[in-house]
Amino acid sequence: MHPAFSVIFLTTLIGAGQGLFLALYTGQLYSVFKVLPVQDSAQFHAIGSLMAIALLVAGLFSSFFHLGHPERAWRSAACWRTSWLSREVIVLPTFTGAVAVWGLVHYLGWNPVLFSFRGTFDIDLSLVIGAAASLLGFTLFLCTGMIYACIKQLQEWATPLTVVNYTLLGSASGFMLATAFAAWRESGLTEFFGGWAILMTVVAFITRSASLLRNARIKHKSTLETAIGIRHARIQQKSMGFMAGSFNTREYFHGAPAHIFRMIKWVFLVLVFPVPLLLVSIGLGTQTVGLLLAAFLVQYLGLLAERWFFFAQANHPQNLYYQTVG
Amino acid sequence: MSQLALVIDLNVCVGCHACVTSCKEWNTSGTAGYMADMNPFSKDPTGTFFNRVQTFEVGDFPNTETVHFPKSCLHCEDPPCVPVCPTGASYKRDQDGIVLVDYDKCIGCKYCSWACPYGVRELDEHQKVMKKCTLCVDRIYDESLPENERKPACVMACPTNARLFGDVNDPDSEAAQAIRERGGYQLMPEWGTRPANHYLPRRKTSITIHDDELIRADNPLNKERQLPMPDADDPTLDETTSW
Repeated sequence: MHPAFSVIFLTTLIGAGQGLFLALYTGQLYSVFKVLPVQDSAQFHAIGSLMAIALLVAGLFSSFFHLGHPERAWRSAACWRTSWLSREVIVLPTFTGAVAVWGLVHYLGWNPVLFSFRGTFDIDLSLVIGAAASLLGFTLFLCTGMIYACIKQLQEWATPLTVVNYTLLGSASGFMLATAFAAWRESGLTEFFGGWAILMTVVAFITRSASLLRNARIKHKSTLETAIGIRHARIQQKSMGFMAGSFNTREYFHGAPAHIFRMIKWVFLVLVFPVPLLLVSIGLGTQTVGLLLAAFLVQYLGLLAERWFFFAQANHPQNLYYQTVG
Repeated sequence: MSQLALVIDLNVCVGCHACVTSCKEWNTSGTAGYMADMNPFSKDPTGTFFNRVQTFEVGDFPNTETVHFPKSCLHCEDPPCVPVCPTGASYKRDQDGIVLVDYDKCIGCKYCSWACPYGVRELDEHQKVMKKCTLCVDRIYDESLPENERKPACVMACPTNARLFGDVNDPDSEAAQAIRERGGYQLMPEWGTRPANHYLPRRKTSITIHDDELIRADNPLNKERQLPMPDADDPTLDETTSW
């Protein structure tokens, strides 16, 4: 498939935004149970949620460049019963809204204790809103992943690993940013977020490698035999029926030379996993905000390459019909 | 329930592209807007087409066969492009099974074209909406046309009658009979899309001739050559006639 930068930016930016919110909420949840120090609502949670919203809105903005008619985008909420794309279109703004409400409740301090759990743990309003927002965040990962995983003839995508990878890579990226943010605010959560960021990056490395191994030995169900319905071991296309380009020759081919395609795989494998792990480890040891921020930025660059490769690697069966100009 | 479709006979298609040009001519002149051609007279021309004829070579030289293969929307009975559409612009008609795009609802997200295994949907570069074969829905129901012209433009244009049009669910239609009696098959059955359009396979006409049918074991009427006169007392099959 042809990797569209609008979709690459959409999926990586909202992934980081979702991950950042999940990190902030996890921190708040732990502090309720008195495992972590309580953070200042306005200084920490409100600013953090503002950053998450900025990422989500930037992703949403980027997605409009993918559309032929962005002014009709509101229509895409109609078919949520059947279309994962429609579901994502609904969940993304809802999640962004929930994060905004969560941040606003923190900023304005409208945070009454709703009930007390065993008399020791106070469950306040923001905790309930945050739980709903977390659920929406995970649903958004599911929707984004399923958009690709549900197309069965794109066999490189049609696996549960697609959803798992979107979830883990987005979360890793968000926790990486949360680590830098926590270090900048001197919140005492740096090690907590950093630990999770390392763990998620390592697990994401395993699942992403699993999908790379799976795709390396994939056997495509469609062949020229099934494409034109002639049972013969040797069929060659002599002409695709036209000499100029068409939508079919642009949309489904990545167009990069083979060595660039292979190189980008190694670029993302290095930039998403070992380099950020190294940077975040040194950054946690020395408490350097710059290094922790660099870890996030390097990983984000790597994720752009990862997403490019994700699209480019998918081989659409329609390409069987467009092999030779003739 | 009726399901209109095309049945394409690969045995007689000669690859003349008349269906391609006729399709473009009819559909670019319709009320739904023209099928854009970008840079038609300069570098990298590109345009929207509903129908293409491709050419494949089957076999190794010298035992090869050239197969001309027309390809347009197959109007699947279980179309994967319809449920993925976020706006409902892509839909399948209940009354005749034609898969259509509502150009006023389409947002041009291209997701349906990813979901179609056959690559028969094209984003129009000018209108920025997804376009595809309509089975000439604006033609087949047009009562101002004579009844024998209420067929898709490609069917009207085909000089070898390689394209049959009809309701494949009606067992008595020409299309359904052709599928049933001449081995009609569907493309890429592995994706469960159940295409309504069918293809009729190439056929070779041959008879089996055994050696003893070419060389006569016997020559009862003695037609071809003068046989040497046998001895009078030799037994022969011809003895009843040779005296």
